[in-house]
Amino acid sequence: MFYREAGQFSSNYKQDQAIFPIRQDRIGIFLILFVAFFVLPFAASEYFVSAILIPFLILSLAALGLNVLTGYAGQLSLGTGAFMAVGAFAAYKFATGVPDMPIIIVLLMGGLMAAGVGIMFGIPSMRIKGFYLAVATLAAQFFIEWLFVKVGWFTNYSASGVITAPPLAIGIPFTDIEFVFDTAVRKYLFTLSFVVVLALATKNLVRSHIGRGWMAVRDMDIAAEIIGFKPLNTKLSAFAVSSFLCGVAGALWAFVHLGTVEPEAFGINRSFSILFMIIIGGLGSILGAFIGAAFITLLPILLNSVPPLLGLNIAVDLIEHIQFMVFGALIIFFLIVEPHGLARLWSIGKEKLRTWPFPY
Amino acid sequence: MKLKHMFLSVIGAAVLAAPFTVPAPAAAEESLYLPNLVYRTGPFAPGGIPIANGFADYWNMINERDGGVRGVKVVTEECEFGYNTDRGVECYERTKNNHNGALVYHPISTGVTYAIADRSPKDKIPVISMGYGRSDAGDGTVFPYVFPLVATYWGQATALIKYIGDQEGGMDALKGQKIALVYLDIAYGKEPIPFLEVMAKKYGFELQTYPVSFPGIEQKATWLRIRRAKPDYVLMWGWGVMNQAAIKEAANINFPRDKFIGNWWSGAEQDTVPAGAAAKGYKSAALNESGTDFPVIQDIMTNVYAKGNGTNEKNVGQVLYNRSLAMQILTHEAILTAMDKFGDGPITSEQLRWGIENLNMTEDRAKAHGALGIVPIVKVSCENHIGVGGGVKIQQWNGSSWEIVSDWIKPINEIIAPEVKKSAAKYLADSGISRTACE
Repeated sequence: MFYREAGQFSSNYKQDQAIFPIRQDRIGIFLILFVAFFVLPFAASEYFVSAILIPFLILSLAALGLNVLTGYAGQLSLGTGAFMAVGAFAAYKFATGVPDMPIIIVLLMGGLMAAGVGIMFGIPSMRIKGFYLAVATLAAQFFIEWLFVKVGWFTNYSASGVITAPPLAIGIPFTDIEFVFDTAVRKYLFTLSFVVVLALATKNLVRSHIGRGWMAVRDMDIAAEIIGFKPLNTKLSAFAVSSFLCGVAGALWAFVHLGTVEPEAFGINRSFSILFMIIIGGLGSILGAFIGAAFITLLPILLNSVPPLLGLNIAVDLIEHIQFMVFGALIIFFLIVEPHGLARLWSIGKEKLRTWPFPY
Repeated sequence: MKLKHMFLSVIGAAVLAAPFTVPAPAAAEESLYLPNLVYRTGPFAPGGIPIANGFADYWNMINERDGGVRGVKVVTEECEFGYNTDRGVECYERTKNNHNGALVYHPISTGVTYAIADRSPKDKIPVISMGYGRSDAGDGTVFPYVFPLVATYWGQATALIKYIGDQEGGMDALKGQKIALVYLDIAYGKEPIPFLEVMAKKYGFELQTYPVSFPGIEQKATWLRIRRAKPDYVLMWGWGVMNQAAIKEAANINFPRDKFIGNWWSGAEQDTVPAGAAAKGYKSAALNESGTDFPVIQDIMTNVYAKGNGTNEKNVGQVLYNRSLAMQILTHEAILTAMDKFGDGPITSEQLRWGIENLNMTEDRAKAHGALGIVPIVKVSCENHIGVGGGVKIQQWNGSSWEIVSDWIKPINEIIAPEVKKSAAKYLADSGISRTACE
């Protein structure tokens, strides 16, 4: 009754090609952004902002990156953690090597370096596909993690191999004033701005010529080649964009969330958990990356806090074990009822809403 | 069909609404609140459990025996993080404001220590990382809120070389010796290498390094190489399952176990018992004695276990359990020190920070706690957060228990001190903070 596009007409191509052609969607997105930018920072507790929202946003960005590669371009990758590590360590090297570089540029440079490394490890995708490619990217994962532990230059020869991120300070142009993102709320807004801009950019990218090329390659690469997409450019651009997003996410993880990072923080477990995020959230969907990240990062924390909420006094290890079981069962449950991920559930829901209350 | 979708949407909504239901901080009352970050699950649980149990039992005993610290009840709360840095940070954020604010954190994880060290100055909560964590945090002017009490990895590396020197009859005898380091190939395992290299140059021994890839179950190839290289001594920087595998492999190549020395995270019952007879004679560094023959442990037995409130009697007296007691007794003493200055009653985390900074654990105080032999004798100051007087002992596994076979070995300070200064200065430059002055 409320969610239907009846009566909304596009009178030109621009309207027809808008990201959100339906008015209700636009209102919804504006509401979500309004709440995220103006309500949550003031209403939510410091714990909620700094321990839940910030890691959720950063991992969403990483999941978005992997979704470009795996969901849109169909290239299975297990190297997400490695590309995040490249972003984090490259940003660190830029920040310490060129201290005058503005922090936003530093983070973007981290992403660009990751994109370069991603292209290099994407080259095998010309020849190998599917699970074999996954193994090739697994090599990237192990090699890069090993490299950062092995070569002292990347950590500025820190004995423990752990880097400390410089403060997040932005100089305001034409003044000497520096704005430092030091509180939880400020860090949150900083992260949110990054994630919103990059998510919008990615959304537009997948609607463009490039994104259509990715999907064509995903669906059938020979057919894509015949209709004029060069496999080399298409696949490598997917690797580049994906690694860029992962690299920025890694840099944000080091600079904004932890403030310090060791190579193990971007180990194989990180790669797997991000892969699970997009599988559960929905392959080939921007929304899916966010829902998947929410599912994988937030649900364990929720499950852990349920027994104390109910006033049950259970040992923490038992809670943790119960959480593992419930979490595993939920993953299986969701994959059975909706193999296309939670984002698909949402679009089914939208279809139902359109015809509600008179379904046909 | 409809029911299914309704069910799905309910669960979906619950997932999305999940973060909004996080419990509010518990009601405030007069108490000392000590959160306990534990890992009773995950790959390092065998080491995490005795440490968590020691924490719980000690404060349980203090509440039962003394009614708290000078009449103020101690409230502890466990938060499970499975040795996962992200979850550890989440635990820190979740617990730090409960019960009028957390007093101190013992992260028992190098990754979490690094991450919290960055946050704790803002929250003004001290972090005690006894025997792990940032080795450069000994510089109290750079890390006012971090206390790597007693000894760091760097100090330990020098102490182990000193011990080998003693065994050979003086540091000069090290010339021409071959010393190998078997280490877990992550940041933690690599920490001693720069110091061992410096000492190799200084004392003229040859250093061989053997990385073992994480988690270290498979070490056959490594030990074959060691057999060929024939080192005189093997040092080990391992943790978790790697330790027992290494001990078994050392037995396979018949390397003399009494010349195989682990660091203090490679020397617990959890490492030697699974290795069986192979472990007999194996040595490791220790921060404390093990066994139950101490008044403080007897008090735990009568006040906690006899009343059925204990965690796990099997752990009592184990190396890691007693180390956990040592950490808590130092915390206890710091609380008392802070109360001496700020008055008996609930103290704040900042007052406790002062207490740790002025901590002076003498033999008399250790006796008063009933823990002479468990708790290290150490005096902390504002500049020196490691403290003067700490050191390590060497213990040897006799097939059924650990025996202390050396006196306190002090780290070689002239090698470590300049590195601590240098590394701390680098942290200062990287993080853009300024030095805290010491009055």
